[in-house]
Amino acid sequence: MEAIVAALLFAFGATFVYQSVELGFRWASDGPQSGFFPFYVALIICGSSLTVFVNALRGKAGRRDESFVERGQLWKVMQVLIPAAIFVLGVQLIGIYVSSAIYIALFMRFLGKYSWVKSVLIAAIICVTLFFMFEIWFQVPLYKGTWDLTSWTGY
Amino acid sequence: MQDLAYLFHGFAVVLTPFNFGLMLLGIVLGVIIGVLPGLGAANGIAILLPLTFTMPPTSAIIMLSCIYWGALFGGAIASILFNIPGEPWSVATTFDGYPLAQKGRAGEALTTSFTSSFVGAFFAVVMITFLAPIIARFALRFGPAEYFSVYLLTFCSFVGMGKGSPAKILASMMIGFALSTVGIDIVTGQLRMTFGLTSLLKGFDFLIAVIGLFGIGEILLSMEEGLKFSGATARINPKVVWETWKKLPRYSFTFMRSVIIGIWMGVTPGGATPASFMSYGAAKKFSKEGDKFGTGVIEGLVAPETAAHAAGTSALLPMITLGIPGSPTAAVLLGGLLIWGLQPGPLLFQEKPDFVWGLIASMYLGNVVGLAVVLSLVPAFAAILRIPFAIIAPVIVVICAIGAYTVNNSMHDIWFMLGFGVVGYVFKKLNYPMAPLVLALVLGNAAESSFRQAMLSSQGSLGILFSNGLVGGITALALVMLFWPLISTGLRTMRPARANKLAEQQPVD
Repeated sequence: MEAIVAALLFAFGATFVYQSVELGFRWASDGPQSGFFPFYVALIICGSSLTVFVNALRGKAGRRDESFVERGQLWKVMQVLIPAAIFVLGVQLIGIYVSSAIYIALFMRFLGKYSWVKSVLIAAIICVTLFFMFEIWFQVPLYKGTWDLTSWTGY
Repeated sequence: MQDLAYLFHGFAVVLTPFNFGLMLLGIVLGVIIGVLPGLGAANGIAILLPLTFTMPPTSAIIMLSCIYWGALFGGAIASILFNIPGEPWSVATTFDGYPLAQKGRAGEALTTSFTSSFVGAFFAVVMITFLAPIIARFALRFGPAEYFSVYLLTFCSFVGMGKGSPAKILASMMIGFALSTVGIDIVTGQLRMTFGLTSLLKGFDFLIAVIGLFGIGEILLSMEEGLKFSGATARINPKVVWETWKKLPRYSFTFMRSVIIGIWMGVTPGGATPASFMSYGAAKKFSKEGDKFGTGVIEGLVAPETAAHAAGTSALLPMITLGIPGSPTAAVLLGGLLIWGLQPGPLLFQEKPDFVWGLIASMYLGNVVGLAVVLSLVPAFAAILRIPFAIIAPVIVVICAIGAYTVNNSMHDIWFMLGFGVVGYVFKKLNYPMAPLVLALVLGNAAESSFRQAMLSSQGSLGILFSNGLVGGITALALVMLFWPLISTGLRTMRPARANKLAEQQPVD
């Protein structure tokens, strides 16, 4: 995992080096070109990720058994990450309030093992509170989504 | 003495009912943020920052800095009662705090840690009051080359003083710089690194990065551990407080040493977390009861808490005088200053004395009020930790999403936040420090433009970084810091050092 991340970082740095070279990383008549600073920054990324990569490969023999995450842990993390991603997609489509309510309710129901009534109730209370807080007290309009389901409130 | 007059004026500013109310609100919110794992001072402030856009800047900074003080206090509650460090800097507090709570001395432990926090912060504020105007006056003479060398020093000290692999610190820092170059080049107006995507035009906002890295990343981490809160109950009554206070003067030497460590680590961007560990280590070494550390010794609580607060507070010194934040939280506050239309740096003292001295006065009052609030409301705050994680976790994700959205009213930012969350989780697992990334992202543009200006005036010769005593000295110090890992390895081979057990337990933040 260590080596994979280092390789990814190296790729990231290399992309930036490439972009900087395209922009011009040398001196023009009016001083350093746009790519000047990012070029060196990206070079350092490549250099340090290479160091981490080499260290990871060298150290691997010693501690092979030490894995990045256990399978069970990864599963738990995915249980949070995937719903969170779906939640963000939901925000895009149906707005923050509705998707938050659904997200919190489902999270409580399936990960927290609460009853449906309790989950839905708490989720609804939280989202209505948020609605009042942002739309009415702070007057900060939040994202309502492509299909606005809260348009009937008039905000 | 004119400064003192300004300070009293600052107190007058803070004591208006509106500002005082915001201060209380800030502290209470801060303690809640500090108690909850997954919500830290940096991302808590980042989330609340957009709500302050409409406030006058002075009121806004008072509220946000009080959130910071509150979070510093709050971290201790979770550590002592639940053995869960609410914040990275309170990890060292769990070593002696939790054993004390298990022995039924939770009230004593809490009083000690709050009082130590207060003492640490107080001395740091006094230091800021007297040093800040002097540094600001001095810094007025700085040109681009000097600024770049100070930036260099800031970032090199991360490499020199940070824990963990220097290559990883460097990588994380440079990723921050690289991300800061995305968008429109501020000097030439050219588009850079956008890969033709319009959503990248505006670049990455560091607030999004903070919310993602620290907020979502933390949630993923806590989920992995499958947190179950079970802790001691806390009752604090005036008698316990009084009894504890009577005992504390005994440790005045520990207090002083921790304050000095904390201030030093805070001004140089070491940050509160290493300061707390360093101070704990030093106390263990010098104390007569050194062997008992870890079993519930009051002194083992005094040292890290005092140092963490001294460091957290003095991290604001370079921020207000030079515009260089000493910690991720200070970086977020700095971002706030820019959004409110204030240019942080030495000129701030002359152009906006109201703001600066209001902030400093709020540090004094905020800590006094904070101490009173936490001492009286501990049971209420501890009750927050009894709310099951299955409710807290999705709510924090929702709050992070709202916070990310309100920064620029942009839906893309919520996606970026999620991306940063995954990066934060992976980095945390692999011990890449995140503070350098955030600071580099905040300071990237400023560092780049001062570098280019310096290079322009010298026609591209790096010699300008050594052109006079001041800039040369700072640059030289920066280089020493940068190569410190190598230097210290060299020193160690000459005389073998004792193994540092504490360093292994220390988190990289």
